[in-house]
Amino acid sequence: MTPVEVYHKIKERFGEAIESFNEKALDPSIVVKPDAIVEICRFLKEDPALAFDCLSNMSGVDYLKENKIQVVSHLYSYPHRHKIVVKVDVPRENPIMPSVEGVWKAANWQEREIYDLLGVVFTGHPDLRRLLMPEDWVGHPLRKDFVEPEEYHGISTRRESLLK
Amino acid sequence: MSLAGYEVEVQRDGGLTTEEMTLNMGPQHPSTHGVLRFIVKADGEVMRTAIPDIGYLHRSIEKISEKVGYHGFMPYTDRVDYVSAMQCNQGWGMVCERIAGIQVPRRGEFCRVIACELGRIASHLLAVGAMVQDIGAYTPFLHALREREKINDLLEELCGARLTFNYMRIGGVAWDLPAGYPEKVTTFLDKFDPFIDEYNDLISYNKLYVERLVNVGVVSKEEAINYNLVGPNLRACGFKYDVRRDEPYSIYAELEFDVPVGTGEMGTLGDCFDRYMVRIQEMSESGKIVRQCLNMMPPGPVLAKVARKLKPPVGDAYIRVEGARGDMGWYVVSDGSEFPYRTKIRTGSFAAMSIVDKVSRGLMIADLIALIASFDVVAPEVDR
Amino acid sequence: MSLINSVSEMVVTTKVDEVLNWSRKSSVWYMLFGLACCAIEMMQTGGPRADLDRFGAVPRATPRQSDMMIVAGTLTLKMALRTKMLYDQMPDPKYVISMGSCANCGGLFQLAYSVCDGVDKVIPVDVYVPGCPPRPEALTEGLLKLQEKMMQERWLVKKASAEDEVRAA
Repeated sequence: MTPVEVYHKIKERFGEAIESFNEKALDPSIVVKPDAIVEICRFLKEDPALAFDCLSNMSGVDYLKENKIQVVSHLYSYPHRHKIVVKVDVPRENPIMPSVEGVWKAANWQEREIYDLLGVVFTGHPDLRRLLMPEDWVGHPLRKDFVEPEEYHGISTRRESLLK
Repeated sequence: MSLAGYEVEVQRDGGLTTEEMTLNMGPQHPSTHGVLRFIVKADGEVMRTAIPDIGYLHRSIEKISEKVGYHGFMPYTDRVDYVSAMQCNQGWGMVCERIAGIQVPRRGEFCRVIACELGRIASHLLAVGAMVQDIGAYTPFLHALREREKINDLLEELCGARLTFNYMRIGGVAWDLPAGYPEKVTTFLDKFDPFIDEYNDLISYNKLYVERLVNVGVVSKEEAINYNLVGPNLRACGFKYDVRRDEPYSIYAELEFDVPVGTGEMGTLGDCFDRYMVRIQEMSESGKIVRQCLNMMPPGPVLAKVARKLKPPVGDAYIRVEGARGDMGWYVVSDGSEFPYRTKIRTGSFAAMSIVDKVSRGLMIADLIALIASFDVVAPEVDR
Repeated sequence: MSLINSVSEMVVTTKVDEVLNWSRKSSVWYMLFGLACCAIEMMQTGGPRADLDRFGAVPRATPRQSDMMIVAGTLTLKMALRTKMLYDQMPDPKYVISMGSCANCGGLFQLAYSVCDGVDKVIPVDVYVPGCPPRPEALTEGLLKLQEKMMQERWLVKKASAEDEVRAA
């Protein structure tokens, strides 16, 4: 199935939850509203013609200028060997969206990582806590306006700038 | 380091009080997989859970890519999976070529495949050697390191480094094969093919070794796909899927090779022994691929002409490469400048660590070591 | 043959310091502290081709039984606290070899937010081995330099204590 056909199949069922579809991109992607993400993902996984049983990748991108954080999910289907990209935009001041951990268990650690590095809160996640940074770390490092702390537990982090 | 939330369970059994122990394994431990930490809650010798605690090697490679640019990021990709660094180089090269629309010359593709497959053999040698050492046998590890030293010599002649190669560039590879190289590789492969039988005689079907591995950590195919296990871990569950064969990239569509899967020959399908045997069999398949490439190599350039300040068009791209530990997903977002806006690397070991908690219930503490070794986890892939 | 004539073959005269240092340098047991890529080169240095065992250096898993710590790899801030804890657990006299660029100064990860620039911010280092990763021959040279340093130490000289200085004044 091509991405356009996947888009039409989702649109005839969840018409109003879709915000846009970028057909001309290298990887055609569908932008959906945050509230509908769990039903759409469950439909993508369980419908026999679509059968997206593999969450290949889930990453968060911080768009400072447009004041949003975008969570990009790359889905792949082992039975039919086709793929699709689903994107969700959340506002930067209050980044909350539902968790798809109930659909694919692979989302468990991916969402923890996005929470740790970007600050997106996933409601319904069974165990949302920091994954890569230490537990007492302050801030979300992958944000574009992240400022490194001066020191951590007595170890100074200052150095001369190398990229002059 | 806090264990808040993990309460201790106390049972009273006819006057005898038993408690659940909370043990700590790592982050420094005598295993080659790197700095990983497990909080093990055990009832005597049998584990209730083993909760992984990662992040001790988080070097923020993804954020560094936003500061050094597309070309400058190539040495950092070696450090994502240093045991099989060639495939990581290829992944970054391919995603930049996809987003910028660059075509790699044909001879460059062949050089890439030869380097990647030699790197795959080296990685699997270290993986099985480390697994055998973790179980307790020290001699087969030295046999595997002896062969790995020969591959290190071959790759050092190719690109100058033993471990972190930085051999590939965006648009091809840095240098062509040196004079006399195909003969050296063929000599090595002729000596390497009987090594796998020697290794099997030495340790693979040894009764003690088999008893440690069979029926331990059984993962079913549905569970593996749900948790996004990839690579040899997925193939050991009986599912024949390899990115090189099913979503071919580079020149893999023209090469003939088999994809070994787990058969459950000694125990259950999907246990630690299957994962071990899949890696042993993949080594001989990689040898076949290298021989075919050496016979088919065309003359020509190895590097396409690419601008020094590469400015791809605005957009994003995602590709998958079959690394030694499973397929790696490389995602890059470009905003039109010479620095990537966001890079994300999704690795096979990340998913393998996330499934340890579920699979380790009911196993003994010594089985946890065999489990982690059979998943072939390396810490930088998990933490990046 | 009388006993007096075979004295030169059976008896060796030397200083006590040298005997102590010679015995200490010939059996340096190092703690496996491989963090990242340099750990693979450290393993291959202990492997069949470049053998560290011929210098008496045997890998130990626990800090309580080791004399030396080879810090091989990048030290992150999360790991730095544990490194200090492990260094404190080693018994005296203890030595540290910092292997690789990342342990020397942060290496190519100086741009990172979570990396500690150099292990000498946390523990004192005796020998720095540069390289990314250093070849096994380079690590062996580092160990030989450490052995030279160990031969220079003096254990039997009474160090001037604070009371002696007050008495002399």
